[in-house]
Amino acid sequence: MSEMILKTEGDTHILVTRHFAAPPEAVFRAHTDPQIIQKWLLGPEGWTMPVCISEPRPGGKIRYEWANAKGQGFYLTGEYLELEPYSRIVHVERMHLPDPTPDNHVETRFDADGAGTLMTLRMTLPDAETRAAMLATGMERGMEASYARLEDML
Amino acid sequence: MERRLDVTFAALADPTRRAILGRLAKGEATVMELAKPFNMTQPAISQHLKVLEDAGLVVCRVDGTRRPRRLAKDGVEAMDKWLAMLREALEKNYNRLDNVLLTMEQHKKGKTK
Repeated sequence: MSEMILKTEGDTHILVTRHFAAPPEAVFRAHTDPQIIQKWLLGPEGWTMPVCISEPRPGGKIRYEWANAKGQGFYLTGEYLELEPYSRIVHVERMHLPDPTPDNHVETRFDADGAGTLMTLRMTLPDAETRAAMLATGMERGMEASYARLEDML
Repeated sequence: MERRLDVTFAALADPTRRAILGRLAKGEATVMELAKPFNMTQPAISQHLKVLEDAGLVVCRVDGTRRPRRLAKDGVEAMDKWLAMLREALEKNYNRLDNVLLTMEQHKKGKTK
């Protein structure tokens, strides 16, 4: 199991890095093939993804619908902007809860890392600069607490 | 209790509301003071504040004619929880993906044999 790193970058970005023990081609496919996405992009325990639409081409649609045993659900829609097999994906997404959240712009890179892959996910929040700076302030506070908790566990 | 968690989660799902919490983390502010840097109208800010107040994340103080808002103790904890939830959801996803990738590789090896 590999450690995931989550951190803020500048005022508007969130950066996530994670190593996988499989080549970039496999990790890229796992992020674009709807049948594979349905197996892992599920969030907390107890949720399934009964609907998964992923059209990996520029302008292609993304729609993920999650549901739990209690009949609750929410969904995400988005569009692919750029795809470079098997190294890079750029897409936008928004959650519907049911009101849509503002667009989240995401760039995902897959770089060969030994026999595996280093994945780098970069989210760009759509907020105006001041708003983003404030968000980053709030997030960093939370993240410090999370890191502290993590260190306690190690 | 569970409904309350849903309300909290929905309140935090919006980046503008998280940003308002971020601003209030620095100190109390009135609707007017919040509207200016966010480049939003006062009714729009008021609507977001109502969601945050209903979720118990923000409280209102009466000071003459002013009604400054500040972060409730739950608000601080909620920001923390939201991030922990994001982190946990991502970690769960990627741990599952590790297993999916392992199966994919085994499947591939089986085919080429």
